[in-house]
Amino acid sequence: MEGDLAHIGAGLAAIGSGAAAIGVGHVAGNFLSGALRNPSAAAGQTATLFIGIAFAEALGIFAFLVALLLMFAV
Amino acid sequence: MSEDAQEQTHGEEAVVEHGAEAAHGTDAAAGHAADAAHGAEGGLQIHPMDQFIVQPLFGDGPIAWYSITNVTLWMLLAIVGVFILMVVGSRGRAIVPSRAQSVAELTYGFIRKMVEDVAGKDALAFFPYIMTLFLFIVMANFLGLLPMSFTTTSHIAVTAILAMAVFLTVTVVGFVKNGAGFLGLFWVSSAPMALRPILAIIELISYFVRPVSHSIRLAGNVMAGHAVIKVFAGFAGVLGLGAVAPIVAITAVYGLEVLVAFIQAYVFTILTCVYLRDALHPSH
Repeated sequence: MEGDLAHIGAGLAAIGSGAAAIGVGHVAGNFLSGALRNPSAAAGQTATLFIGIAFAEALGIFAFLVALLLMFAV
Repeated sequence: MSEDAQEQTHGEEAVVEHGAEAAHGTDAAAGHAADAAHGAEGGLQIHPMDQFIVQPLFGDGPIAWYSITNVTLWMLLAIVGVFILMVVGSRGRAIVPSRAQSVAELTYGFIRKMVEDVAGKDALAFFPYIMTLFLFIVMANFLGLLPMSFTTTSHIAVTAILAMAVFLTVTVVGFVKNGAGFLGLFWVSSAPMALRPILAIIELISYFVRPVSHSIRLAGNVMAGHAVIKVFAGFAGVLGLGAVAPIVAITAVYGLEVLVAFIQAYVFTILTCVYLRDALHPSH
């Protein structure tokens, strides 16, 4: 029974990956819309883009970690 | 499922399994989880997390701090790979570079420009450290993409040490360069006075979460990607010869993983540069 609940929890934690996907898409999409308005400034901002993506993605990875812990450590 | 049945199912992997159980040793919870996962439903014969098991290379005793494990081996291979790349790349010094030389030069220029752009000119003193970090992580990531290899950067133990080293370096550098002025990093002088103590607490928390997110980002990304590949490999194992769709999926995910291996090394390095900039110029 306990294991079943842990699996349900792991599945719920996987929703966090979708939330991270929204965040990463937001960052990349806004970068693209800005870059198309002013392409000459885009090249200098790719580092910022990757930093933003990394911060957004880290929280999705935390959700993945919670899922892993529920699957294998609880 | 009994031990015998499990060994029959796994065939050649039985030896590996024994190593795994010995490796887990006292860690009863992990051993139990592995057993439960292996015994379940009979279908998924390739367990996605098996590739991350740390096991000693010689013998199958418990792992002590001096044991030579597969992690040790693949970290050594990563260092040897970096060494060969840089030595071969810098040996010729031709005007028209060879392939190895151009890879080495491009990497050098890429990281040097990144340090200069993100962390500032005075951070170039730390360029060798950041270059070493990048080369080690990128080489470990790419070596981990070889079939049957072991990905050292998928383990939080490895990335946590790298992140803690960065965190301690940055903190020490901040205090050495700025003295108590480094604490200005936590005192947001552009905010209203009433908000500043609250912001200071938030900044303090976010500062100490840095090594956690820094390490988990790298390990989590690499581990998740490799686990996904192995999950699809498990589907292919179930379907047998007709497994066209899983193999196509493995190929696609593998391509994505090549990208991730580079981008995560890049992100780890660029965040190091960002933290270094905060240490060198802490004012808000």
